[in-house]
Amino acid sequence: MTAKLSGAQKIALAALGLLALASLAAGWIAPSYAEQFREFISAPPSARFPLGTDELGRDRFARLLYGTRVSLLLAPAAALLSTLIAALVGGTAGYIGGWWERIVTSGIDLFLSLPWLFLLLAVRALMPLNTSPVTSVILTFLLLGCLGWASPARIIRAGTRSLVDSDYLVQARACGVAPARLFWRHLAPNLGPILAAQFWISVPVFILSEANLSLLGLGVSEPLPSWGGMLRELENYSAVLENPWMLAPAGLLVAAVICLQLLLRTEDAIPC
Amino acid sequence: MLRVLLRQIRKILITVILGGLLGATLVRMGPGFGVDEREVDSRLSAESQQAIRAERAAENNIALFYLRYLEGLGHGDLGVSRSLNRPVSELLKERLPLTLAALAYGVLGGISIGFLLALLTVAWQRRGTDVIPAVLSGLCLAVPAAVIALLFVWMGAGCRWAIALVVFPHVYRYSKNLLVAAFQSPHVIAAQARGLSSVRVLFAHVVLPAAPQLAALAGISVSLAFGASIPIEVVSDTPGIGQLAWRAALERDLPLLVNLTVLIALMTLIVNSVADLALASRRQA
Repeated sequence: MTAKLSGAQKIALAALGLLALASLAAGWIAPSYAEQFREFISAPPSARFPLGTDELGRDRFARLLYGTRVSLLLAPAAALLSTLIAALVGGTAGYIGGWWERIVTSGIDLFLSLPWLFLLLAVRALMPLNTSPVTSVILTFLLLGCLGWASPARIIRAGTRSLVDSDYLVQARACGVAPARLFWRHLAPNLGPILAAQFWISVPVFILSEANLSLLGLGVSEPLPSWGGMLRELENYSAVLENPWMLAPAGLLVAAVICLQLLLRTEDAIPC
Repeated sequence: MLRVLLRQIRKILITVILGGLLGATLVRMGPGFGVDEREVDSRLSAESQQAIRAERAAENNIALFYLRYLEGLGHGDLGVSRSLNRPVSELLKERLPLTLAALAYGVLGGISIGFLLALLTVAWQRRGTDVIPAVLSGLCLAVPAAVIALLFVWMGAGCRWAIALVVFPHVYRYSKNLLVAAFQSPHVIAAQARGLSSVRVLFAHVVLPAAPQLAALAGISVSLAFGASIPIEVVSDTPGIGQLAWRAALERDLPLLVNLTVLIALMTLIVNSVADLALASRRQA
């Protein structure tokens, strides 16, 4: 991420900020996402329910705001976790080298030999499936954070290795700079941009992964809403045709990911 | 070259064996493993229940299970799926062609669309020519694969094209960057300065030198496509390997999950190794 933002990036940042603020203020804007208004089952949009109600009589707008909170705030937390693991594993491999680097590289190859969604699906299914909604959220995003380290670790390892072999570090070593100072003073600050890039790349990937997992019934459990969980309503094609506002979660998800892509700037940044 | 090939084969074998062991270990450690609903079936006699327990006990020791699995694999026996109660080889035989066909269409379609759009953008160097492909690719990257599949189900179109839509944006962005970089290299500028036709410059001096890197895209695309095929097959109710993987994961079907892990890892690694070999041969040349 560069400090100077283009016009489109400024708009994207403002949109994301607004979305995050609205989701944080969900408690004031639309207090209950789980309350069932039994007299308003599958109601169309109105002043009281801007996006109507679902088949259980729950306010879709409230669920969308709370779902945004879950997806938009927890995906960065998972991305932070995966970047930290990647920094630890990839950074030490690039810095120490030798047998540890070989082990780490083999581990990364092993992880990357399986498609991301298959790995996620297999490991998520091994966890308890019948859990409380809060546990399911924690499990889903913890899993994303713990399994998403391999791809960033490969890049961080390569970045660290190239820094370790760079002229200024070789000279610092030749001058007798202590390893700890070498790491904290010369290496860590230069790794910052790589770590930041990996973090920002992971955020949209994790948002999309949560959506896919929830659509497969392995993500956040009901009644807690998430973007992915709300997309399950789309499986009812005839209902979507009659109630196009059911597409709002999909629209918001796509808009948020596009905003994140715009902020990333680099053209080849987003993996699956 | 032979040494590189042997190294790749060794790497594939080690990774596949370790991947299968990892998959089996994870399943063994998962909650609910070792519980068989048949044990509460009152119609079964004590002997039958004992036989079921003995059958499960063999799976409790993960190392033993995996060694037996590898031994069976050597004889072409992939074991029996517990959840579907059918030989795994039979299930794979039934479902693999469907997924392979979808992957072939999806990957080839995605690569063709992505590469052609990148080529057009680079060849037709006018301001704003890349707006439509960039918007399209950005949009496809932002939609979850399962939602793309839903759109195709609604339209009644084949889900193999949903895979193509997942693959295309990655191919477009990577190949566009590659072609733009190649287009700006000194030898291309020199060729243009000498008056070579733009078609010849594009194909002989831009596309051809970038071909090995473009071939490497195939490896990434297969992995991407396979990952996408899971939600796509589940959503569209296509009885392929992706759907089987989903069912195996939900049912904690150890023999099936281990076989699928090995198969998927093997497929991904082979395609990646072919791409790596293409790159290595190019570097040697």
